[in-house]
Amino acid sequence: MKAHTDAIFKALGDPTRRAIFQRLSREGEQTVHALTDFAGVSQPAVSKHLGALKLAGLVRDRRQGRETHYRAEPKGLGPLVDWVAQYGAFWRDRFDRLEDLLKRMDQ
Amino acid sequence: MSETSAEARTVVVERNLSYPPEKIWRALTQPHLITEWLMNNDFKPVVGHNFSLRMEPQPNWNGVIDCQVLVVEPNKTLSYSWGALGLESAVTFTLTPTPTGTLLRMEQTGFRPDQQQAYQGAKYGWQKFFANLEQVLAQVP
Repeated sequence: MKAHTDAIFKALGDPTRRAIFQRLSREGEQTVHALTDFAGVSQPAVSKHLGALKLAGLVRDRRQGRETHYRAEPKGLGPLVDWVAQYGAFWRDRFDRLEDLLKRMDQ
Repeated sequence: MSETSAEARTVVVERNLSYPPEKIWRALTQPHLITEWLMNNDFKPVVGHNFSLRMEPQPNWNGVIDCQVLVVEPNKTLSYSWGALGLESAVTFTLTPTPTGTLLRMEQTGFRPDQQQAYQGAKYGWQKFFANLEQVLAQVP
């Protein structure tokens, strides 16, 4: 299991961060101010959550004047999909081993 | 044949094996045989039995998968829960006799938060999140 996948799960493991990410996915780019109004927590808390999402590659930011704008980076979810796909590869590999074992087993 | 569906979050792997179901059942349910093809384990074919599958520890993961036996229908169906990395799913093996042997199907499904692991308390949010995941993924080029 990839460390990066773990980072994504950790970033999205928090309900507030998940809500922020979903809002950005649905509504498009938002300022930190708008997100603070939406999230109902302090602006420093929102900034911290956004930092965690950014670290996991799930959001991107851009500065314009005095405001920082954030938008979702849906591509950042890629490893999560890979994580499911990874199980497919895992089981195919184990089925190979199972077949080898069956060959060696007594009837 | 195999398929992976992000939408249903289900992993299916099927294989035609030229052995009778009884023999495959042994490989799926006898601990020393499970070790040979899957992982170290303390499995027992008893519904409700809790056991672990153990892999080599990896960065950020101790390599332990927490399981509980859900279904035991000898030579037909074996199912157990599979808890790892804070998510719990269920693994179901189905054995169907064919003219040449057995069709073995593995379905791993229902990836959802394991309440006993890292993301305790976020269950509702996770379900909602997964419900929306498909919508978000639709935007991935």
